[in-house]
Amino acid sequence: MAFLMGRKTVLGFVCGLLLACASQPQQTTLYQRMGGEAGVRTIVDNFLYEVGDSALLRPLFNDIDLPRFRTKLAEQLCEISGGPCRYSGDNMTEVHAGMAMNNRHFDATVTALTRAMEAAGVDVASQNAMLKKLAAMHGDVMRETIAPE
Amino acid sequence: MKSNAWWRALVTRIWLLILLMWAAGACAQSRILATPGAMQLEGSAGGGLVPWAVIGSYASEDEWGASAALTAVQVNDFSLTQASVLLGFDERWEVSYAHQTLRLGNQGAADLAQATAGAFPNLTIEQDIFGVKGRITGNLIYGALPQISAGLQYKINHNADISTQVLGARSTRGVDYYVAASKLYLDALWGRNILVNGTLRHSRANQLGLLGFGGDRNSAWMGEVSMAVLLNRHWAVGVEYRQKPDLLNSVREDAWADAFVAWFPSKRVTLVAAYADLGNIALWDAQRGWYLSLQINN
Repeated sequence: MAFLMGRKTVLGFVCGLLLACASQPQQTTLYQRMGGEAGVRTIVDNFLYEVGDSALLRPLFNDIDLPRFRTKLAEQLCEISGGPCRYSGDNMTEVHAGMAMNNRHFDATVTALTRAMEAAGVDVASQNAMLKKLAAMHGDVMRETIAPE
Repeated sequence: MKSNAWWRALVTRIWLLILLMWAAGACAQSRILATPGAMQLEGSAGGGLVPWAVIGSYASEDEWGASAALTAVQVNDFSLTQASVLLGFDERWEVSYAHQTLRLGNQGAADLAQATAGAFPNLTIEQDIFGVKGRITGNLIYGALPQISAGLQYKINHNADISTQVLGARSTRGVDYYVAASKLYLDALWGRNILVNGTLRHSRANQLGLLGFGGDRNSAWMGEVSMAVLLNRHWAVGVEYRQKPDLLNSVREDAWADAFVAWFPSKRVTLVAAYADLGNIALWDAQRGWYLSLQINN
């Protein structure tokens, strides 16, 4: 079939591809791809529902100020995804100190966040980009758990 | 042939175990979907042909979990069926058991009868494989280090007569030792996560041990690699390559390769389909065909 297409068609197709490539990726931040402020808020709320459903994670949230957590997590997701926010919470090591977390909690958190993003309609590539940033925090989050060994 | 019936009963038990595990419901399943991989041909957690550094089951730290799988491979002149179970502890230790049954097709049986002047009119080979694997360091996902594990597979071939009497194999039992490194790279290519595994194996097993152990050369170090792209949470596609020892002068042994699709509908079920090229096996050249594996996780 391809050879039957006119040169103009082919040229138009190639130009279209080039334009698509030139105009799309650079300008959109991960934050925008996740749906901006509204998207992040949905993700955070979905995440809290996931935590509520998890017998493993729920106890970790017993003593925390939930409205504050909701705000701070949104700030953090916004900042690390390149959005116009500044995370104003404590650092990851301090936040998770005394929680006796190990990899099962971290894995469960990754799953909860993945499902939260999925439910918010975030595409797979953006989910993975976000998970990569989350996984990079593993060392800080688990510092207290890892250090004593 | 009394033992044959016994093994068949055992395979039936593994079937029942799979059903039971399905009925019993899930227990510890904290790890992330797809990250334990599947159960490879020798029963260890891995891809289809290659054991990976991952520890089987969805058990994370402070947990244990079990998996059971039934696998069938159908190539031109053979079928290989396998039933296997494994236990994973603490994402640190894995113990596994696999029972393999190799059967010749009609043409293969005729070829064999002719080649051995009727001494071996047909052939069924049963083999047991007991595996242990331990994670040494690193983590599949977190940190800079890959997950590095070491393991062994102790293999007992129950029908090695033709291998030791005709082909020149030295024994009916052998141990494979391996070191494996696995890493899942997040957002690595076109926004997809990619798993890379390399395994170094010391082996004296001819065709997994199905043709006995040792021979004209005693043992060899073999390289094995796997690469998989996770299209999303539930689907992965990948390729594998496994060097083979080729210790016998009487028959050639080729490297194995496959291309696979894995489906992880939930943490309970893993389904792997592959197209495998097993090269020359004993008298038969160019053995290619399908690989199918169904796995249940508790």
